[in-house]
Amino acid sequence: MKGEIKLLREDGTRLDGRRLDEVRPFKIEAGVLKNADGSAYIELGNNKIMVAVYGPREVHPKHLALPDRAMLRCRYSMATFSVEERKSPAPSRREIELSKVIREALEPAIFVEEYPRTAIDVFIQVLEADGGTRTASITAASVALADAGIPMRDLVAAIAIGKIEGKLAVDLNGLEDQYGGGDMPIAMMPRLGLITLLQADGVFSPEEVVQGIEMAEKAIKMLYEEQRNALRKKYLEIKEEVLGSE
Amino acid sequence: MPVYAKPKDIAVPGELLAEGQYAVEGAVFVIDRKVYAKTIGVVEIEKEKGKRKIKVVPLKKKYIPHAGDRVIGKVVDVGVTNWTVDINSPYTAILQASEVLPRPTDAARIDLSSYLSVGDIIVAKVIAFDFSRDPLLTIKERGLGRVTKGTLVEIDPAKVARVIGKKGSMIKLLRDMLGVEIIVGQNGRIIVMSEDRDKESLALLAIKKIEREAHVSGLTDRIKAFLRARLEGSK
Repeated sequence: MKGEIKLLREDGTRLDGRRLDEVRPFKIEAGVLKNADGSAYIELGNNKIMVAVYGPREVHPKHLALPDRAMLRCRYSMATFSVEERKSPAPSRREIELSKVIREALEPAIFVEEYPRTAIDVFIQVLEADGGTRTASITAASVALADAGIPMRDLVAAIAIGKIEGKLAVDLNGLEDQYGGGDMPIAMMPRLGLITLLQADGVFSPEEVVQGIEMAEKAIKMLYEEQRNALRKKYLEIKEEVLGSE
Repeated sequence: MPVYAKPKDIAVPGELLAEGQYAVEGAVFVIDRKVYAKTIGVVEIEKEKGKRKIKVVPLKKKYIPHAGDRVIGKVVDVGVTNWTVDINSPYTAILQASEVLPRPTDAARIDLSSYLSVGDIIVAKVIAFDFSRDPLLTIKERGLGRVTKGTLVEIDPAKVARVIGKKGSMIKLLRDMLGVEIIVGQNGRIIVMSEDRDKESLALLAIKKIEREAHVSGLTDRIKAFLRARLEGSK
């Protein structure tokens, strides 16, 4: 299997022209939906993902409510047109798993104990997918949560580390994910330096895991800055508009 | 003991604001003497008895009931002995029949919807709330009860303090300049009443402007200028 498909060029760059430690171009926007309490939109390479957050709000049915904290509910779903072959709209095994994984990556960041007996709903809609949607979803979802005014310990940003032709690479795209030798999504609370998600498939040596986390941390710091800017933008624009008109 | 944040900065959750022993207030949390912002909000640094106080005023929040708060609610259900009231909060409120009926009455015998029915807007006060049960309301006080006229606006509960202003200065400004009557609920609902429809809608515009621009300093002067320009324009 390995070696059959070349994922690296002669000069050591990847097929899309990136260096091994280079993240795809990304863009984050906050507050893109009017109905939701908080929302965010992210583009990471060809990935396009929309996230809406509702809550904290009353739980229905009522018996599901937790007496001491808010429950976080996540739904990750891919649009039928998000991949080349039409994706069935019914939640797949993969989507259900990703919903759980994303929820568990976000929950440590939220002060859930401040809103007992309520629910915080996170809806993630993947409009276009090209590898690394779970990490991009986490990055966008934490912006949407912050945009909703939910108290959090830190934002959560995530990126995948992968292996292509035996070398560690940051932020795999769809092709590299499919034919590469491993995928390790990592989510962190960058300010606090805590990891909230670490998965891996493929083979990584202990050294590679350590090195991979270091590489991820760098990329996550970059994403974090963009998250911060996205959240502040709306308010700074109003400020500029108001002060500029005087 | 450095302070990293500047006053009026917009902080995002997890942002490090200061290190050291400080008094803190609002949406902040402290780990190992490091002060972090908890929600997206505006940083304020106040002097208190010679000590600096770090404060984050949230830009957005959900209304959490507190005993004594005045809220504006919408009746969503009529029960046998109580009403269920939506107070624009994660917690729906309960209004017991005994808090409405003039004297102890056997509530089961009478039809509560003859007093308040679904869809009615009420001004009420929170009697008690402790997260373990739904908040209880009363309308047995002066100034409380069913609302029969005026326009209802909803703003983010985080901005209610700005609509009221320091010691009610903003409300007073709107009242004096427009001659409208305004009831502000702590839950972000506001009722504006006036005989003059134009004045009423101007007040609504002003409230929306306050909500939008609350985080930019010089708010009162701006609202004053806005109202003056609009009032002169309509003459």
